[in-house]
Amino acid sequence: MTEFTPVLSLLGGALIGLSAVLLMAFHGRIAGMTGILTGLLPPVASDWVWRAAFLAGAIVAPSLVLSLSDHAIAFSSPVPLPWVIIGGVIVGGGVYFGSGCTSGHGVCGMARLSPRSIAATATFMATAIATVFVIRHLLGGF
Amino acid sequence: MQRTFLAGVVGLIFGTGIALSGMANPAKVLNFFDVAGTWDPSLAFVMGGALVVTAIGYRLVLRRAKPVCETKFHIPTNRKLDLPLVAGSAVFGIGWGISGFCPGGAIPALGLGEASAWAFVGAMLIGIFAARSIRLAHGQRLASAT
Repeated sequence: MTEFTPVLSLLGGALIGLSAVLLMAFHGRIAGMTGILTGLLPPVASDWVWRAAFLAGAIVAPSLVLSLSDHAIAFSSPVPLPWVIIGGVIVGGGVYFGSGCTSGHGVCGMARLSPRSIAATATFMATAIATVFVIRHLLGGF
Repeated sequence: MQRTFLAGVVGLIFGTGIALSGMANPAKVLNFFDVAGTWDPSLAFVMGGALVVTAIGYRLVLRRAKPVCETKFHIPTNRKLDLPLVAGSAVFGIGWGISGFCPGGAIPALGLGEASAWAFVGAMLIGIFAARSIRLAHGQRLASAT
């Protein structure tokens, strides 16, 4: 079980939205983690500097939250490490061919009512729910 | 310089939102997907909050002639549904359902120093790199055939 956190999740979601709006306002870019990461892999994109800066900000953010507030950031994973790694490779291949992930399609693309992003989001949400159902309720796994 | 600094600040806001929302916590993400079991609907609120702010904010921002640090907005123009989009997204959902991590959730989780986040991100980068190598090789084959 995890605690239902509607207020904190809504606040976090609003901040994610704010970052998407600001990246468009400043850099004219979609705040999609897949696209930002892909440009940092060889052959590295010519505009890699802002991508690296965005990434660095995202990585230090949790420690900044922890040091500036007494808010604990819950983290736990029921998934055995080999499955985390298998899941990682699958996610990497999927988001590359699918041209985006939760941030790019689910937030930025859905907000623009892009038909591709709506189709992508409906698809990955459905297969994620189906996968968890199979693992937990049919196979009795994690 | 201003361009780089602002990207860092925006990344910081993104990472803070992810950390507070619970998107960096695989147990919470997997419970969101477990509608038939220990369902935690919190992540619907993340999506809702993010969508409302982005939809309104984009409308205001895209009225401007250009972004602050760039000469033009880079907005995807492709509106066609195709097989790579749907198949790739289906595969992504399977990996998300196995691991509980999506790319935007895992990157801030790196800053929590969690080993599973580092393992996931390493594996995901290998996946992206391999997928791009396949597409580039395929594209070259197509180009040489014509």
